[in-house]
Amino acid sequence: MAQLIKNQTVTVDGWKTLEIAANEAAETIALPSGDVIFPLPVWQVRKAEIISTHKRIGLLLQPGDCIKDIAADLDYFIVIAVNFPKFVDGRGYSIASLLRQRYQFEGELRAVGDVLHDQLFFMARVGFDSYALKDGKNVTHALKAGFSPFSDSYQNATNQPLPYFRRRAA
Amino acid sequence: MYQYDAIDRQLINQRVAQYRDQVSRWKSGEMTDDEFRPLRLQNGLYFQRHAPMLRIAVPYGLMNSSQLRQLAFIARTYDKGYGHFTTRQNIQFNWPKVEDTPEILAHLAEVDMHAIQTSGNCVRNITTDQYAGVAADELIDPRPLAEILRQWSTFHPEFAFLPRKFKIAISGTREDRALTWFHDVGLHLQVENGEIGFRVLVGGGLGRTPIRGQVLREFLPWQHLLSYCEAILRVYNLEGRRDNAYKARIKILVQALGIEAFAERVEAEWAQLKDGPATITQAEFDRVAAHFAPPAYSAQEAIDLPLEKGFKNWVDRNTSAHKQPGYAAVTLSLKKHGVPPGDLTAEQMEAIADLADQFSFGELRISHEQNVILADVKNSDLHSVWLLAKKNGLATPNLGLLTGLICCPGGDFCDLANARSIPIAQAIQARFDDLDYLFDIGDIDVNISGCMNACGHHHVGHIGILGVDKNEAEFYQITLGGRQGNDAQLGKVIGPALSASEAPGAITRIIDVYLKQRHADERFIDTFDRIGIAPFKERVYEGRTHVTSKLDLLEAA
Repeated sequence: MAQLIKNQTVTVDGWKTLEIAANEAAETIALPSGDVIFPLPVWQVRKAEIISTHKRIGLLLQPGDCIKDIAADLDYFIVIAVNFPKFVDGRGYSIASLLRQRYQFEGELRAVGDVLHDQLFFMARVGFDSYALKDGKNVTHALKAGFSPFSDSYQNATNQPLPYFRRRAA
Repeated sequence: MYQYDAIDRQLINQRVAQYRDQVSRWKSGEMTDDEFRPLRLQNGLYFQRHAPMLRIAVPYGLMNSSQLRQLAFIARTYDKGYGHFTTRQNIQFNWPKVEDTPEILAHLAEVDMHAIQTSGNCVRNITTDQYAGVAADELIDPRPLAEILRQWSTFHPEFAFLPRKFKIAISGTREDRALTWFHDVGLHLQVENGEIGFRVLVGGGLGRTPIRGQVLREFLPWQHLLSYCEAILRVYNLEGRRDNAYKARIKILVQALGIEAFAERVEAEWAQLKDGPATITQAEFDRVAAHFAPPAYSAQEAIDLPLEKGFKNWVDRNTSAHKQPGYAAVTLSLKKHGVPPGDLTAEQMEAIADLADQFSFGELRISHEQNVILADVKNSDLHSVWLLAKKNGLATPNLGLLTGLICCPGGDFCDLANARSIPIAQAIQARFDDLDYLFDIGDIDVNISGCMNACGHHHVGHIGILGVDKNEAEFYQITLGGRQGNDAQLGKVIGPALSASEAPGAITRIIDVYLKQRHADERFIDTFDRIGIAPFKERVYEGRTHVTSKLDLLEAA
């Protein structure tokens, strides 16, 4: 079970993620009740059903998913989880930047998958605000040091819309 | 040159602390090798054949004498007393211990240096012309915008894990000396209707799949440099291939989409970012540009240089035209015959630091041809500089000549290499050790890479030599007609690869053909363009049946 970091603390995760097994299809898979994070293919084919049966809806994006496809749906989601299948796959950073800066998504943006200590700072900068730290990793040290290796940054990003050169004292 | 202020210094010090913690977590087993690998690479640390290799950034090739003295200290304390300058204007140490690397980075930070993003799948060191700011043919000094780009790309949160590495070069001169056509992004500074901006090239690169870049945008006003790069990188980050490392560079994406479709995507992305907060302000440009103001030149009277032959040869080859009357840019050759090209001992580093202090305002540059440049030497000091350079083995007058070749560390050090490159370089230098003969042969670029990753830029050498390996044997493939500059082109393969014992002889045969065929004062490359590859090919393979080398036999089998 991944350890969920949110608001600078380890929290209990009330969300469950719907997983599609190899022998199941998005069209027919049973939809669990409660707070569920739905994979994009399920959302795309079962949207009306999900909206009528679930009050709080989450969405799971894979790195190759196209955000434009769901741009009109963003208001439905309390949480969007972006998967990092491997931590070296950096597409999730651009997805987060786009969701926050281009599409003004204001819900919870969660990094899931191969989420490690040394990427937390970058994830926070592009707009993630919750992090499912990989199993077995030192969450205490991650909280203490992972978010603050640098006290400032040169370039603008989601969590600091002005580059350093626009914040220099004249 | 650019002087760090509080924020710059704070960030590199924090980087040292972060890296120290990473090494310690890796050592304790808290972090796996696979998790540590991209982190150490983004601090320049490779695990190599004999020992780790640490690559240190020299942003756009510029450094001061204190920094070079610190490198000498590091070479002596943590390495075997020397360092190697690379074709991307960086320096590498080949023998540090992993445990020492945090301490080495701390020593570097003391003189405002670092190893940030010198490797890994991120934006690498921004490179430019070694004569930036002093070249007689310069339109605009590229260094202020190179520094602005360096800061922007440092720890960029969105682009730390790209599909593959990303190299940017900027040129501000009429004649491109920064190999911009063969970078992921190449930038040509130019003036259009009184406005300064860039022609933006994309998708060039050497390596396994050499491709000349294409024009992405004819003119981009300088204020938009960062937002435009952000658009390019975002498209690449999202759409570049991640299933195959050999097909992950942006050049492959550009080829797959076609330049028009790629440009449409970039322009659409940029439309959203244009005029946003990343737009460079005049105040920021002025702040950075002030660091690159010309040094305090003094008025010089015209002088007659001594006519001593050795000195005259050196002035002819190793100095170049300067914007400021009475001054010259001096190239200290790191291509002394018999020494691995690009290598510099700690003592030589200190000697160069002294020369820089005494004769060139305390600054120096590294060229992608792996030499050191003192950019602002008075003509009246040239003779003194020559004597001191000669004393330190730095005055071989072979810049642009056959033995002034570019050469990667090759199989002697590098894990990626298929073959050794230094012994080939040395065999060529031994064959062409006579200076009069070298001068007679004249301008020629010989570039040697130990493998297809092409760190030695073999594709753009007039003569390119590429190490290949089949069945544990070293072979060398020769290309002719490559070139850098505005008219940059890839060389053509001359024929089957040659064994290590045949390759130096083949270079002699190629030169023989040139000397026989050239018209008066015709350079090698011009003779090649006139007569084509056939006469060279015939001579190199003369007396051989079509399939003769061991490699050919292997390939035939």
